[in-house]
Amino acid sequence: MDKTINQKAWFLVLPVFLVVAFSAVLPLMTVVNYSMQDTFGNNQFFWNGVGWFKELLDPSTDLGGRFLASLGRNLFFSLVILAIEVPLGIVVALSMPRQGWTVAACLVILALPLLIPWNVVGTIWQIFGRPDIGLLGYTLNAMGIEYNYVSNDIDAWVTVIVMDVWHWTSLVALLCYAGLKSIPEAYYQAAQIDGASRWAVFKAIQLPKMNRVLLIAVLLRFMDSFMIYTEPFVVTGGGPGNSTTFVSIELVKIALGQFDLGKAAALSLVYNLIILIVCWVFYTVMTNAGVERKAQAEEEPAAERKPAGALQPAPAPALKPKEGVA
Amino acid sequence: MESIAWMAWTLPTAIFFIALACTLAVMTWLAAVYPEAERVGVLRIPTTRGDRLFVSLIAAAVIHLLWIAFLGTDAIATLPIGEDGFEISSLWLASGISLVTAVLIFRTV
Repeated sequence: MDKTINQKAWFLVLPVFLVVAFSAVLPLMTVVNYSMQDTFGNNQFFWNGVGWFKELLDPSTDLGGRFLASLGRNLFFSLVILAIEVPLGIVVALSMPRQGWTVAACLVILALPLLIPWNVVGTIWQIFGRPDIGLLGYTLNAMGIEYNYVSNDIDAWVTVIVMDVWHWTSLVALLCYAGLKSIPEAYYQAAQIDGASRWAVFKAIQLPKMNRVLLIAVLLRFMDSFMIYTEPFVVTGGGPGNSTTFVSIELVKIALGQFDLGKAAALSLVYNLIILIVCWVFYTVMTNAGVERKAQAEEEPAAERKPAGALQPAPAPALKPKEGVA
Repeated sequence: MESIAWMAWTLPTAIFFIALACTLAVMTWLAAVYPEAERVGVLRIPTTRGDRLFVSLIAAAVIHLLWIAFLGTDAIATLPIGEDGFEISSLWLASGISLVTAVLIFRTV
């Protein structure tokens, strides 16, 4: 409240601003400009006002129907993969060894899927899931489970979700592992003295200490899954029908397939707005969670030191006596 | 102007961006001349003037989109300009609401 902020240092970012203006701001302005116009090719544009936005937000029109349906699919996809990847990532991180050569081995194995480019992941799963030559597809069909992601909507969804979980759970696990490694041993010792159960330790120490990295993981995974394009495009091509057509796939279809620059620009602006809002909310929550925790950490030792004096050993502030004992 | 003709700029979008640039310039000038302190408002998060401008702009975009989606853009009045008159879209009401919202955000957030 009483801290004055001097903003003059912002002038130092002027060179970066010029580069960003050329590579990002001007193109974005062009998109806004296109969203108000219609083109029939040959670089001829006609003023259309907010016509495309009207169409985009009206589910009864072709554009609106396609946009809202793909947005719904995208949100559902993001929710499903978050619901799977976050708990799974935590479980994997908790199961990982803390010392010895196995740590390095686990980290390398976990990092492998993250190093594979998106289109290669798509190609791997596209072939892996094929009923004729793919190991997964062939095995499932041989077991009597009918599986064909090319013709069945649910199979296509399951494939895309499992592929994303395979590709990105490692990221959540690695972030959680980093969070777990930062917990001082004293916390566990205090829990042991209190006779805390495994679940109590997780609930009172590990989860609260991980919540910052978990927020980062949720943010990263949400953003990434919300803009997913390559993997479903390679595996299902957005099909069967439109069942796995996400917003980005729809956007590319409109912009490059149909060359409807106005419609695509309007769609991408609304898409961008949603991402911007979500980013801001996550960023604000994360920053404030960090500030609150810092303030809390500063208050706690000060409060503890007052009655006990400076000779006392450092206390374990997170687990109070009896708290969290099952 | 010939060199940027291929970008198909129009007067309304140019005015929009010029207004936006002016707003940013004023905010930068304010920040340099009158450095400010963060404060905690109704959202219970510390915000600076820039944060409040950002929230106001996002709110304005959302208000306009919701207006287009649910209330449309029918004309609410016709000004006697030109032969057919100049129609004023109801979207200007959304702009008015956005301005009021911005003032509220700047005062309370």
